[in-house]
Amino acid sequence: MTRETRQLPNRSLLKLVAGAAPILLVLILLPSLIGTYQVQLLIYGLIAAIAALGFNLLLGYTGLLSFGHSAYFGIGAYSVAFAVAHLGPHSMEFYLLLGIPIVAVTSALFGYICVRHTRIFFGILTLAISQVVYSLALSFYWVTGGSDGLRVPRPALLLGLLSFSGSHGFQFFIKSYYYYVLGIFVIGVVLMWVIVHSPFGKALQAIRDNEVRARFIGLRIRRFRWISFLVSGTFTGVAGILWVPLNGLTTPDVLYWTFSGEIVFTALLGGFRNFTGPIVGGIVFTYLKTYAVASTEYWQLLLGVVLVTLVLVLPTGIVGAISRARQRLARRSAVT
Amino acid sequence: MILLRTVDLRKQFGQTRACNGLDFIINKGEFLSLVGSNGAGKTTLVNLISAHLQPDSGQILLEDRDITFTTVAERIKAGIARSFQIVNLFDGLSVFDNVALAVFSRDGKTVKMTRLADHDRDVRLETLEVLGQFGLAGKAATPAGGLAQGERKLLDVAVAYALHPRLLLLDEPTSGVSTHEKAQIMDTVSSVVRGGMVTAVVIEHDMDVVFRYSDRIVMMHEGSFLADGTPEEIRANQEVANILLGAPLTA
Amino acid sequence: MAILAIQILNSLLYASVLFLIAAGLSLIFGVMRLVNLAHGSLYAVGAYVTAWLVGRGIALGVPLGWLFLLLPLGALSVALIGIVIEPLLLRPFYRRAEEYQLLVTFGLLLILEDLLRLVWGGTPLSADTLMDALPILHIGGLFYPAYNLVVIAIGIVAAVILWAVIYHTKFGVLLRATSQDRRMASALGLNVGLVYVVAFGIGCFMAGLGGAIVVPTQAAVLGMGVDALVIAFVVVVIGGLGSLKGALVGAVVVSLVRTAGIQFFPELELAVLYVIAALVLLVRPTGLFGTT
Repeated sequence: MTRETRQLPNRSLLKLVAGAAPILLVLILLPSLIGTYQVQLLIYGLIAAIAALGFNLLLGYTGLLSFGHSAYFGIGAYSVAFAVAHLGPHSMEFYLLLGIPIVAVTSALFGYICVRHTRIFFGILTLAISQVVYSLALSFYWVTGGSDGLRVPRPALLLGLLSFSGSHGFQFFIKSYYYYVLGIFVIGVVLMWVIVHSPFGKALQAIRDNEVRARFIGLRIRRFRWISFLVSGTFTGVAGILWVPLNGLTTPDVLYWTFSGEIVFTALLGGFRNFTGPIVGGIVFTYLKTYAVASTEYWQLLLGVVLVTLVLVLPTGIVGAISRARQRLARRSAVT
Repeated sequence: MILLRTVDLRKQFGQTRACNGLDFIINKGEFLSLVGSNGAGKTTLVNLISAHLQPDSGQILLEDRDITFTTVAERIKAGIARSFQIVNLFDGLSVFDNVALAVFSRDGKTVKMTRLADHDRDVRLETLEVLGQFGLAGKAATPAGGLAQGERKLLDVAVAYALHPRLLLLDEPTSGVSTHEKAQIMDTVSSVVRGGMVTAVVIEHDMDVVFRYSDRIVMMHEGSFLADGTPEEIRANQEVANILLGAPLTA
Repeated sequence: MAILAIQILNSLLYASVLFLIAAGLSLIFGVMRLVNLAHGSLYAVGAYVTAWLVGRGIALGVPLGWLFLLLPLGALSVALIGIVIEPLLLRPFYRRAEEYQLLVTFGLLLILEDLLRLVWGGTPLSADTLMDALPILHIGGLFYPAYNLVVIAIGIVAAVILWAVIYHTKFGVLLRATSQDRRMASALGLNVGLVYVVAFGIGCFMAGLGGAIVVPTQAAVLGMGVDALVIAFVVVVIGGLGSLKGALVGAVVVSLVRTAGIQFFPELELAVLYVIAALVLLVRPTGLFGTT
């Protein structure tokens, strides 16, 4: 019995590393194989994946559907922009050190208000909060730049070790920033994986599955939901912090409800009932959006139609469909 | 030695008096069956003791400590755990995780986010032990939603038991299973509970089960206690026999 | 003094429109346990369609009196959309997890909002001809359009009719039975599917009517749907989801607060409403008259 029990954790860890290693290798080698524009697109994809990963802690693991995650992304982005406007340009580490506590505090504050309520009202509250933040960003234009937004120059990386200026600096910046974001992405994925497989993560899933029972094994429901919200918002906020130096500019669009919808969509696209779904969804969505926006003006309509179709036809998302197909293949080969 | 008692406990739903001034006593270490027709108030009483409901008036005392206004979490900490009539499990989690979670919660370890759940040896060993006692070790990796009804009932009890309660409240642990399985379930539950010296209150409808396993039988009828005694005493009680056989109660 | 009267009338106007939207939302939730995130967009559709119809009507030289009939027509068009949507898009999700319902209606919201942009573009569409058709009243030395009073009247009439239907007709009994216990109603032989479609249609009609009667006073613009959704939810939060009385009280409260808020804190208008909603939720999580 001891042998079998010792194998349990190691097996899942090994599987994870074995599955992730080749993908990581590909991601590391990619910039030398593809052009700068493609690398830039991939950075956006990784950022979307981080945002979706954070979002899905709340949806997939805690069972709470937030329609207002754009607020945390946007607050992350704007905190960097404010830092640039008032404290001058700094290194990326400075922005992260400043921005992460800001998004954490706002997630904690808004989360505290939202998790007091049931699913429906929870969703509406999250939407309402993000709309309030959006309207504040528009109204206080002398601080936020209004609909024009605020500009953010290329930051120095690694505490100023790497700085990028001049025309040739762009290519170098993109390549360096890619590895920087990739590094944070890997840290984020590992961190989220541990959280989800920790006792805390199991407790979240229990609360998601059966709130009454969870209460009757002594779990304080509201507290767990609140902490989940905090972590979730912070992750998405980090994505926002990483996004704005790449984009060079932040506008209130990134606080608007449609952006929240995009985040929801990425989780659904990849599949919100498993760990890697949001990651896949974030990256795939970034590519889809780039090509869709280029081909049609009514890209929101397209998004809506695809969303409805997805929910009707492929509710478990890409990753869910793949694993189901794999199961079916395994069963077929077992029979023959 | 009295473990828990209620003083003039009342609960009313509209016109229905589910608990009509109950003075209930639970002795330490006993295996007590709570019986009575549907609507007699048994589940309400269990709900009140487990903090699922708040009483309209009256008191609940755990070893002379007034716990009437404590929360569910506080009551679990004080040592009261329960299972449910309609099986209440974490269907998306494995059988192992269902029980492990109870252990983590009991030990206050559910705040840990940076350790893997599977790496906690103490919890793992204890979970496997509990699963073994309830005969579920073989199904440890199965999702709880995939178990047969009888196994689900056992798991429900196992999860409550894993909380190391002093008082275990079981709401119809054998409902919905075949007669053969009933005996199996009750054998397991009874031996584990007695072996762990846990006091148990079991709501049960099957009188064979009740007479076979209980130290004491308490019968409720329309919110009040009708009879209270050992199986032999109850068997000899004519009034009770009338109720059980469905004959009208003579005034 | 006259200014106060005008302010109150404006609040009642806003309340009237809000009531229609919120009551529709509450009705749908009360009967079907469905939260329709696209409800605000249906309100917007009502506004746009009505404004467009009025424009066509004017172009075709239709006499002014008849143009007023376009208001209920605009509302009816939204009801028709609802009757088509419910069996096609919503029914497959009643048995599924709640998240899917929210996701589907969210997708619908995206679709409707962009469809409006596709059909009518970014320029606001107005129907002020209707408002100008009615005289301007003198209230204590100030001018006030009579049309606004018509809006208030329609709101009151709608409330009365709705109340009468729900509590004093056979269909109302069916609605209430289905909302209380769907399975029981079905077991008793009630055609639950039909009740759902009709209830949804009525809810959509009310949203559409709200849009129709508001558009002569303010042009239909993109994004009005989402703004309406958020405020309608504040109304149902305060009044309680599933309650007609709650929708009425909530609409009045929200309007008064909004009017006062605009006077003193114009930038914080939405924030003030939200704070009120949060306070109400803290004290009474199901709203003042809620039935969750």
